[in-house]
Amino acid sequence: MRAPLLVMIVLAAPALAQDADFDELRAALVDEVRMYASYAGDEPFSDAVLGAIGRVERHRFVPEGQVRYAYENRPLPIGHGQTISQPYIVALMTELLEPDPGDVVLEVGTGSGYQAAVLAGLVKHVYSVEIIEALATSVRDRLQRLGYDNVTTKLGDGYYGWEEHAPFDSIIVTAAASHVPPPLIEQLKPGGRMVIPVGGLFMTQLLLLLEKGNDGEIITRQIGAVRFVPLTGEH
Amino acid sequence: MRRLLLATWLVSAAAIGYEILLMRVLSIVQWHHFAYMIISLALLGYGASGTFIAVLRSRLEPRFESAFAASALLFSVAMIVCFIAAQRVPFNALEIVWDRGQFLNLAAVFLVLFLPFFFAACCIGLAFTCRSDAVSRIYFFDLFGAGFGAVLVIALLFAVSPQTALVLLALLPLGGSALVAATQSARLRLGLAQLMWLALLAAGIPQKGLDLRISEYKGLSQALQVVDSRILSQSSSPLGLITVVDSPTVPVRHAPGLSFGTRHIPPEQLAVFTDADGMSAITRFDGDPGSVAYLGDVTAALPFRLLEEPVVLILGAGTGNDVLLSLYHGASRVDAVELNPQMTELVTGTYADFAGHLYDDPRVRVFTDEARGFVARNRGDYDLIQIGLLDSFGASGAGVQALNESYIYTVEALREYLADLEPGGLLAITRWIKLPPRDSVKLIATAIEALRQSGVSEPGRRIAMIRSWNTSTLLVKNGDFTPGEIEGIREFARTRSFDTAYFPGMRADEADRFNRLGEPYIHDAAVALLGDGAADFLARYKFHVEPATDDRPYFFHFFRWKTLPEVMALRKAGGAGLIEWGYLVLVATLVQAAALGLVLILLPLWLVRHAWPAGTGRRFGVYFLLLGLAFLFVEMAFIQKFILFLSNPLYSVAVVLSGFLVFAGLGSASSERFAERLPWPGVSPVTIAVAGIVALSLAYLLVLPAVFGRFIGLSDPAKIVTSLVLIAPLAFFMGMPFPLGLKRLSASAPGFVPWAWGINGFASVVSAVLATLLAIEFGFQVVIVLALVFYALAAWDEAISRGR
Repeated sequence: MRAPLLVMIVLAAPALAQDADFDELRAALVDEVRMYASYAGDEPFSDAVLGAIGRVERHRFVPEGQVRYAYENRPLPIGHGQTISQPYIVALMTELLEPDPGDVVLEVGTGSGYQAAVLAGLVKHVYSVEIIEALATSVRDRLQRLGYDNVTTKLGDGYYGWEEHAPFDSIIVTAAASHVPPPLIEQLKPGGRMVIPVGGLFMTQLLLLLEKGNDGEIITRQIGAVRFVPLTGEH
Repeated sequence: MRRLLLATWLVSAAAIGYEILLMRVLSIVQWHHFAYMIISLALLGYGASGTFIAVLRSRLEPRFESAFAASALLFSVAMIVCFIAAQRVPFNALEIVWDRGQFLNLAAVFLVLFLPFFFAACCIGLAFTCRSDAVSRIYFFDLFGAGFGAVLVIALLFAVSPQTALVLLALLPLGGSALVAATQSARLRLGLAQLMWLALLAAGIPQKGLDLRISEYKGLSQALQVVDSRILSQSSSPLGLITVVDSPTVPVRHAPGLSFGTRHIPPEQLAVFTDADGMSAITRFDGDPGSVAYLGDVTAALPFRLLEEPVVLILGAGTGNDVLLSLYHGASRVDAVELNPQMTELVTGTYADFAGHLYDDPRVRVFTDEARGFVARNRGDYDLIQIGLLDSFGASGAGVQALNESYIYTVEALREYLADLEPGGLLAITRWIKLPPRDSVKLIATAIEALRQSGVSEPGRRIAMIRSWNTSTLLVKNGDFTPGEIEGIREFARTRSFDTAYFPGMRADEADRFNRLGEPYIHDAAVALLGDGAADFLARYKFHVEPATDDRPYFFHFFRWKTLPEVMALRKAGGAGLIEWGYLVLVATLVQAAALGLVLILLPLWLVRHAWPAGTGRRFGVYFLLLGLAFLFVEMAFIQKFILFLSNPLYSVAVVLSGFLVFAGLGSASSERFAERLPWPGVSPVTIAVAGIVALSLAYLLVLPAVFGRFIGLSDPAKIVTSLVLIAPLAFFMGMPFPLGLKRLSASAPGFVPWAWGINGFASVVSAVLATLLAIEFGFQVVIVLALVFYALAAWDEAISRGR
């Protein structure tokens, strides 16, 4: 009995060691994200959001060839012309949604599923729509395998949101669009928040935060848009 | 001999054709500005081959024919194989700020594409070296081959796909290889290799790898990832690759600047991509205005709030969305100008039913023309000139256009538009907003400058701007805005949740209401630009927002070195988009070109320097360095300048490049006779030639804008002839200093001749890229003036050495 157990331990040891390495790297990433928040002049991140970043195993959301970069604070290609967002941006977007344990969140653009996984630890349920078939299939399997039971994904058009689960406490749109889809604004609860990253792939430069007042009035704020204060510097 | 001349002609034609073709293809698979790399690349091939031949001359000379035939065959093979290989290098320009490895990938692309030019140049160089008795005839065929190649490739690109054009071009050097009789021993082997390559091409085997591997991050690639999307049609021409995509499951919905408050959703649309990017859309129109009511809720609709049944001119009509916008708002007449007839055909032909026969509306007239040319020629009576979004948001956001020349948004352009307006008429320009504010601020600065230059003392009374979260619409009025109009602007913005950025008399607290930036940045910028501190504001702004001019037509260039450390530091905190990486890629290209030039051209010469007798020629190094820099400075400046006149970068490259080659070649061939017949025995012919260059260049600096203005309305062939006539005398003189110097060198220090070629080649490689960088920073005039200074220094250097 002992021999097989020993063999198993020996075989599993590198994997366990690797997992321990990843835990360390992830902790370092959390520290880096926390540090950059003060550097960039953003509000400090909440412990809840940083905790979620610290828990989600980003290396399980990137293609094999990118695993060694998984805990670098940068976007990575995930195939199909898509990227997994920079952890800093994921933290910032999550923070801006002001997640609450009772929230139901809509995500448009599941991608690798990393953002949904981060949110899953902070809210009641995440509904996520993906428009690329291959990604939709692989992300569904991945999230299931990793045990994210409170994330539901589907392949389809995110423009009309997800009517049967509406309204949502918050909405996160990860795909750039020429305009904010009016149906999404409708499916946002009064007092709800919507976040949209703006800028090219690999290049997110600002986040559009859309807030729906209790009276239905819409205000947007561009977060991170003006990091130079003042814009007119020294000669 | 006749066979050799014909072979030279074929190789030369293929080389320049390949150069232009690569520019086209790189614009499709990557982005436009990588095209600049190609000119430098081709020159590197020529420089390196000069060194190669100099080093191995004694071995190559006895086997001249075989070496020529082998080089020509290798050129033919490399044209296709290197093309395939280069496309397989996983270069991702967008990742350059994250992944240093991308610089290696860029270098790999550079090296792989250098090879075909190296082999081509070996053919020409060998012919010059080993048949020195027939140099002038070889030169003639070389240069006319080049001129022919440029015309041929443009014609081919109209008729066939870039890939087919490539295969056809590859047949030329293969023919050249077969023409030159190899020596007995090599004949069989070469013949077999030629036949094999021909058989492979005939069987279509290499062609299998020729598919264009478009960057997966370009708009077209992205659109085709969407479930059930498909290409409906595709057409290719030198003006662009136009692709129409349908996406039934996740429909295209292109409505930039659509209000949050709108109750209207755009109807079905087809996506249209130019060179796999720059998405626009064809909107389904069934004749019912209600189906496109969303057009009332975009920022670009603002001018129609102020005008009744206007006569509208649309510059860059594309797939007709601005035409639809105008008709929806009751325009009485719409003149739509579009450069690319393929684009117009989509609306009038293939998708006419889908677009509701928009262009058949009796109020609409469509013109296939370039915007500046059209405006210059038609002194119009327009109530509204509308310039919509001509580029995609993604492209605008990532700074990929930083190096695109655009003569649409220059001070001179805006002045011409304003002159075409009726009193009280409006110029409306809609653009994506880049934040921190860049486009919008630069646009306001440009409008203010244009108004000032047009003699308006208070430009602040004539401009207004509103914005949504991602678009801004600027109005410039031919007259002062009235209180009623200002109220109209306010009301239009308020009811659609748009913000006013500026209008006459606006208070700062009226900005930043719905789409909050935190501070009224654009308003403050406009106020600063209208006040006395404008120059100070421009100098201190963290981005380059000085108005673009025809001399420096880089509207999309916002890069500032002083801001780079700051944005690099913010990169990991989500600030990567602040980096204008297009500019940085150009700098990287310059560094690589210089490094490769050193390694491939100068290093081998240095390694074998002991093989030559020590001469007194080293001081000539400066002379040939200056000539290399100066020649390419002028040539590159002319390529850029003629884009305005010829309306298209590819035409400009083809015409200017072949023009300079042919006429400089003629100048070079006549240089000896020119020197002999000089009436002033004491004066160096170099001095005379340089005097000619300086006089002509200065004259062009003064008169070219006027000449362009006068002739820009001509047909394309007439404009090409005009361009060649302008280029001819200047290029003729520019062809002289090099051979004149070489002749003196061969007499006094023959051992230094290969160095002269090498140094000149190296300078050319570097200056091809350097000229573009300098033009972006300082404008074309400065580039040309610098070139003239280099020429003058070279002439001075030569005169002094002559005196010794």
